[in-house]
Amino acid sequence: MTTTLEPARPAPTKEAQPVAERATSRRTGRKLLAVLALWVLAWATLRGRQTLELANADTTGLHDWFNDVRDRVQLLGQDNWFFHGVLGTIASGLDTFVGVLQEHLSSVTPGDWLGWFGVLLLAAWVTYALAGLRSTLLVTVVLLFLGLAGLWTDGIDTLIVTIVAVVICMVVGLPLGIAMSRSRRTSAVVTPVLDAMQTMPSFAYLTPIALFFGIGPACAIVLTLVYALPPLVRITEHGLNSVAENTVEAGRSLGVTKGQLLRQVQLPMAKRTIVVGINQCTMAALSMATIAALVNGPGLGKPVIAALQTLNVGAAAVAGLGIVLIAIMLDRTTTAASERSSPAGQRVAAVGSPGIFGGRTLVLEKLPRWATEEGGRGTDRRFLTPSGRRLVLAVLLLPVLVGAYYSTRYLQLSQFPDLSGVPVLGELTAGPLGGHINDLTNAVVDAISGVTNGFKDLVTAVMLNPLQSLMSDLPWWVMALVLLAVAFLLGGWRPAVVTLVCEAVVLGTGLWYDAMVTLTMTLVATVIVMLVAVVLGVAMGRGRRADTVIRPFLDGFQTIPAFVYLVPALALFAATRFTAIMAAVAYAVPIATKLVADGVRGVSPATVEAARSTGITRWQMISKVQLPMAREALVLATNQGLLYVLSMVVIGGMVGGGSLGYLIVQGFVQGQLFGKGLAAGIAITALGIMLDRIARHAAARFGR
Amino acid sequence: MTDLAVSSRTTSATDATSAALSVRGLWKVFGPNADKLLGTPDLELSRQELQAKSGHVIGVRDVSFDVAPGEVFVVMGLSGSGKSTLVRLLTRLIEPTAGTVVLDGEDLTGMGEDQLREIRRRKVSMVFQHFGLLPHRKVIDNIAFGLEIRGEEKSGRRSRAQEMVDLVGLTGYELNYPDQLSGGMQQRVGLARALAGDPAVLMFDEPFSALDPLIRRDMQKEVIRLHHEVGKTMVFITHDLDEALKLGDRILIMRDGEIVQVGAPDEIIGAPADDYVRDFTAEVPKSHVLTLRWVMRPPGSADEGAGAPALPDTTVVREAARAVLAADGPVRVVDASGAVVGVVDDEDILRVVVVEQRAPAGAR
Ligand SMILES: Nc1ncnc2c1ncn2[C@@H]1O[C@H](COP(=O)(O)OP(=O)(O)O)[C@@H](O)[C@H]1O
Ligand SMILES: [Mg+2]
Repeated sequence: MTTTLEPARPAPTKEAQPVAERATSRRTGRKLLAVLALWVLAWATLRGRQTLELANADTTGLHDWFNDVRDRVQLLGQDNWFFHGVLGTIASGLDTFVGVLQEHLSSVTPGDWLGWFGVLLLAAWVTYALAGLRSTLLVTVVLLFLGLAGLWTDGIDTLIVTIVAVVICMVVGLPLGIAMSRSRRTSAVVTPVLDAMQTMPSFAYLTPIALFFGIGPACAIVLTLVYALPPLVRITEHGLNSVAENTVEAGRSLGVTKGQLLRQVQLPMAKRTIVVGINQCTMAALSMATIAALVNGPGLGKPVIAALQTLNVGAAAVAGLGIVLIAIMLDRTTTAASERSSPAGQRVAAVGSPGIFGGRTLVLEKLPRWATEEGGRGTDRRFLTPSGRRLVLAVLLLPVLVGAYYSTRYLQLSQFPDLSGVPVLGELTAGPLGGHINDLTNAVVDAISGVTNGFKDLVTAVMLNPLQSLMSDLPWWVMALVLLAVAFLLGGWRPAVVTLVCEAVVLGTGLWYDAMVTLTMTLVATVIVMLVAVVLGVAMGRGRRADTVIRPFLDGFQTIPAFVYLVPALALFAATRFTAIMAAVAYAVPIATKLVADGVRGVSPATVEAARSTGITRWQMISKVQLPMAREALVLATNQGLLYVLSMVVIGGMVGGGSLGYLIVQGFVQGQLFGKGLAAGIAITALGIMLDRIARHAAARFGR
Repeated sequence: MTDLAVSSRTTSATDATSAALSVRGLWKVFGPNADKLLGTPDLELSRQELQAKSGHVIGVRDVSFDVAPGEVFVVMGLSGSGKSTLVRLLTRLIEPTAGTVVLDGEDLTGMGEDQLREIRRRKVSMVFQHFGLLPHRKVIDNIAFGLEIRGEEKSGRRSRAQEMVDLVGLTGYELNYPDQLSGGMQQRVGLARALAGDPAVLMFDEPFSALDPLIRRDMQKEVIRLHHEVGKTMVFITHDLDEALKLGDRILIMRDGEIVQVGAPDEIIGAPADDYVRDFTAEVPKSHVLTLRWVMRPPGSADEGAGAPALPDTTVVREAARAVLAADGPVRVVDASGAVVGVVDDEDILRVVVVEQRAPAGAR
């Protein structure tokens, strides 16, 4: 023995706990297996009893009561100060406002403020002022495509809803973010509200908001607000708070007031991050604005839904393409604007996508290279000084205004001309384009249907059917016990209590069976998501080349509004449960993959080198060093994956996914099912909270 | 130290065939076209010039040396001098641009990935400055990691790892996780992991630089003790001259990727190769390092100093001081065979000690 032993054994602090916990980790595995065994046993003996299955047209007392409430709100609301006075005023104000904008900007009757040509010119001018030449070209091309493809009115409507919502978000969100950064108490009060707004699947609050604001533009805007506000507030707060401590300190030492500090130090330094927040807010708004078509919101969501419901892939794809192009346009433009807004600031963007849950965990990363290079090129390579640019803008304003004026006079400039007869360009108009897409889709589907169908059948037979049978064909109380046990084993008693409450809520909605079907799809999709995310994420985390190849695709996928994922999924898998699952997978893979990749890359190079020096093989490196050390990221990715998947699986109810999502849509279509749709929304929320809590506590326990 | 190590003090290099590690003409040039640069006159440029001209950085420039079995070979240099690069070239964690490395009789340079992996698993282990432990594994599993990698049975590797735990003095901490240990203890884990595979050669890259001075001293003693117990060949990288002098049988001094001098500690201090090394070693207490060989003078007459017991020429001045000062006249110095090679008197000793007393004061 040596004389050089370290002073004393570290006192058993909190850090000492993992020793015990790691030991329980294996025991937990065994207990879970035991639960599984009991579960299967119960399934074998009790299958088919007390499943609480409710036929599509059936309702429960609660659902009927919701219907009554709705009727009362609609009838009596006329006289109620709150419903009519407050909400009614907001609703009709928004309706009128959007209506006016629509009438003058997107509709194509001569005599409005602006014809299409005028809109195009003004949009280009504004983009040039904010984001530079490259973005201007992009905007011009996208708007021209919308016109060509016969999507002008719907496209501009989408933009109106999105932009109005973003403006309101900025008016509300920026001061809120500032207030939160300045007062810890405000932050403590608002943060849980933002959490709730972001944890709730968007489909769940569709129905209640529709109840209060009536279906239409106002409802669309409010929905979009609820969805798009949190990222902006969060990123604003984060940006202000992360202004370097010593800079703030230096400011203080000079004796600045709090206000001066904010205006002269924090805001200028956080400007860049705040514009990133506006980018995230815009993308979230667009995503929701398309979904809001379900509550009769104006815009491109409508043709997509109509086409989806008739399973017309070609038509859905044309409108979907319009949405994607608008997404790219808005993303590039706001990114370029943010590049411009900081001289040499660090380039950051939130990983959290404009998903249904938004970026609940705010992970900031360096902007991918392609984005900075491409988005930035238009602005970085400036050959005009700022004052020169201002001059050019001022000079250009005149022809823009003249053009705008003429666009109200001449039919050709007011109404987008029908070019379907023109060679080449005619191919891009709605009819032929839809046809081409249908042809292409058919060709692709024919070519790979063997593979896709095989995959579909395999997953359905091996995972989906058995699991669904296990979860939904049981007496409800057995399944409730199983969930409780799993929650307890994975997360401890806290999530178990939450699970119990959530189960009670789901039971109360009368939709237990459907909730279990939705849960099954969510779990299956999450498993697939994690398989893909681990494979891609490990490749990206280990190799720079894989990263540069894959990351742009992930970034691209993340800008696509959730809704659009349904189109290709429908084309490949027809209207089945599997379609919803695959759409959910496509939607959740990017965020999960990025988290895994960041985790693997985050493994300390010193450790990797030390492992390499022991003569480790590549596979040993992945399985024994990199994945275990990235465990935290894996758990986080699973958590995010689960929530993304849940929200998308629900939306997928529209195209054959059935269960809860389908019930919500039916709630809007059939008056007497309104209450059931509302109940479905509540059940989804309960599922979301349950999964989130279990995943979070499990993460805290196992994701050290 | 083993006999071999001692003998290597005097011979500056062993012949390549019996060496534990033999390095010839090793180069590492960082940069996109490093291979094409070889053999061009550009390589004659200084590091700074080359970097300015083509963006290439010379990490290691034409380094050759041999390490005898059982020897502790220290590579010393300031930060950025290429030590880490050199030690990584020795196991091809970094690919050499040119040159050969022969480890335990096997030429690593032409080896395929599989053979190389086998070498790393069995012949050579490394200890790193930042430990490189796996945070998700217990101490014992960290130590057994290398054994696990090469596919040994669980019970076998556990018992071997337990031996190592005891050897490095971590008994009782087997089931802790690395982040529950202090830095010094973590590095003990690193040491134990390296020893567990029973390699022929151990390599250390500034293993104690991240530790507090007191802990560092303990760990240095620990390495000396382990070297006594297990007698491994060691290549030890450090930027700390004290550490180098304390541990090294021989020391290689590097600057800008090049060898400046190779030699035993007393050779480095007694005969610095150039001003760089002289400056470097100026503050070292010479009486602690120099042996009588460096201070003796040829005997004036055959019987000079015959009155007092003779001292071996490898005795360090500080240790000889008492005996020499106590003797009435000069004292004889003898080599390993007992032949008289010189004499020292009080003056020779005092010269070293007094200069030492004065030098730091004068320097400031
Ligand atoms: N991967 C690399 N690419 C380019 N230059 C490198 C690389 N690794 C090390 N260098 C350079 O090689 C020189 C030697 O570095 P290093 O071996 O780490 O020095 P030391 O360990 O002695 O501090 C330094 O100038 C360093 O900048
Ligand atoms: Mg180094």
